[in-house]
Amino acid sequence: MATVLLLAEHDGETLNVSTARAMRCAMALGEVDVVVLGAGTDGVAEQASRLEGARRVLHVDRPENAHPVAAVMAPQLASLASEYDVLLAPSSTFGRDILPRVAALLGVPQISDIMEVIDERTFKRPIYAGNVITTVRVPGDCKIIGTARIASFAAVAGAQAPAAVESIQVEADLPTDTVWIGLEASGGDRPDLQSANRVVAGGRGIGSKENFDLIFRLADRLGAAVGASRAAVDAGYVPNDMQIGQTGKIIAPDLYIAFGISGAIQHMTGIKDAGVIVAINKDGEAPIFEAADIGLVGDLFQILPELEKALGD
Amino acid sequence: MKVLVGIKRVIDYNVRVQINREGTDVVKEGVKMSINPFDEIAVEAALRIREAGQADEVIVATIGPGAAQQQLRTALAMGADRAILLETDREIQPLAAARALMKLVEKEQPGLVLLGKQAIDDDANQVGQMLAAQWDRPQATFISGLDLSDGKLKAVREVDAGLETVEVSLPAVLTVDLRLNEPRFVKMPDIMKAKRKPLETIAFDSIGIDMPPQLENLGYEAPPKRSGGVRVDSVEALVAALNDKGVL
Ligand SMILES: Cc1cc2nc3c(=O)[nH]c(=O)nc-3n(C[C@H](O)[C@H](O)[C@H](O)COP(=O)(O)OP(=O)(O)OC[C@H]3O[C@@H](n4cnc5c(N)ncnc54)[C@H](O)[C@@H]3O)c2cc1C
Repeated sequence: MATVLLLAEHDGETLNVSTARAMRCAMALGEVDVVVLGAGTDGVAEQASRLEGARRVLHVDRPENAHPVAAVMAPQLASLASEYDVLLAPSSTFGRDILPRVAALLGVPQISDIMEVIDERTFKRPIYAGNVITTVRVPGDCKIIGTARIASFAAVAGAQAPAAVESIQVEADLPTDTVWIGLEASGGDRPDLQSANRVVAGGRGIGSKENFDLIFRLADRLGAAVGASRAAVDAGYVPNDMQIGQTGKIIAPDLYIAFGISGAIQHMTGIKDAGVIVAINKDGEAPIFEAADIGLVGDLFQILPELEKALGD
Repeated sequence: MKVLVGIKRVIDYNVRVQINREGTDVVKEGVKMSINPFDEIAVEAALRIREAGQADEVIVATIGPGAAQQQLRTALAMGADRAILLETDREIQPLAAARALMKLVEKEQPGLVLLGKQAIDDDANQVGQMLAAQWDRPQATFISGLDLSDGKLKAVREVDAGLETVEVSLPAVLTVDLRLNEPRFVKMPDIMKAKRKPLETIAFDSIGIDMPPQLENLGYEAPPKRSGGVRVDSVEALVAALNDKGVL
């Protein structure tokens, strides 16, 4: 059976759910060890050890790993990967930043955004903003390096009897010419866009930052996360981390409600794994209606408050 | 300082991409081709750095067929100083592209390499990171802001959690996101002027890279289509439909 090394994503305290999703993909490929690169991250390693499918957790705890700097993490991963057949990471901005750097150090191609494992060397992945699916095979005896498209895999449970956690040292020259300065997280108390069961999103049709409050209010009523189209982010209505689509987040909630979003292909690729898609748009010809399970043509400024009220009772 | 910008010729983002009948490729004949939108932003960023007096030459390079000269000409019309085409009709995947760009880096010795964060055809999002690894230099990926002074570059990165700031020493590789800038429009006189700017064509196979393994392509298919849904005509009907689906 193949051996798989799965790179854990975390924020220093909590394991990101992208790891549990990528684990589902990893388990389809072989026996999985999870590697946690961090500084003072015993808690994260412990959480990783409880992930269903984790055989072992490798914990590389050193000050240089306090922040996810690709140039620092890649040589460590390249060194650790030598013992494994497969190196996998979630296809989040974290995984996308680091993994190609590792692949280049190892001189092997990378499969980005694995959406399906066909066999141990063959995978499906989306191209052209998800308008085409391609099947690719890793040639010869190349090591397999890939990122798992998060929305394509359900998270594994995180409650198994803990696997062994091994603190390890990695021999690697770590560069110092990248300095991590800070993270400005918009965060807040709302559910996380990528793991929420419900998402309410707004587009250019919302018209202003102030009007976006209507979206937030409905989202709060539904216990939903809030997302946006690129046009809404570009216009400054909401921060970049709310963008859904080809160049934003790929999400798969049970319920997605879009207000004032036209449904450009670059947006739709981010939501096509949603359970139920609801579109509210004043233009009955908007392309989003082609993919929507439920469509309502009308003025969102009338519909949003009515819907909020209807759900309140 | 020289700035090297990598661009790619891709199917224009407004085109609805079709798969050919054999399922072996997408239809490219008679289809509008453009500079990958992310790369256009990289060109614009490089030009602004030069216009701010922080670089003296902007070189654009691409790997692709002879027709990719069109995209290089567009970048020259935007204001790049000269262009290099590494010509090949073969499919060049990210690792091979990064190795080829590394050859240009060795030759040109740029202080900065700018690339789009991904190409909208293969959506791989790899070349910049791979080039940075080959070169053993810092990378700042998915950037939406940059500030250059005293050989240090501060970059704002669009990450899933928000906006991250890193500082890298030069030389470095940057991959750009869409919100970094808005590329300028090319004017007619610029297009004329661009015809006289130097464009060098080098056979890809002559640059002497160690050709890495590439992924084997087993075919293309359309994604599963979502079946059409229902239209409702009121908020009450919407709530009823949501209840029907069991999502409330
Ligand atoms: C390389 C590239 C990558 C991209 N990546 C992404 C991405 O990741 N995510 C993304 O979303 N986009 C992305 N885009 C942009 C995409 O092409 C569209 O421009 C964008 O999605 C449009 O956003 P929108 O639907 O909010 O705006 P618009 O297309 O302007 O649509 C606004 C809609 O609101 C409706 N409307 C207006 N007022 C009202 C009202 N009062 N009531 C009801 N409806 C109303 C209108 O009828 C219209 O349909 C990308 C583009 C490129 C080129």
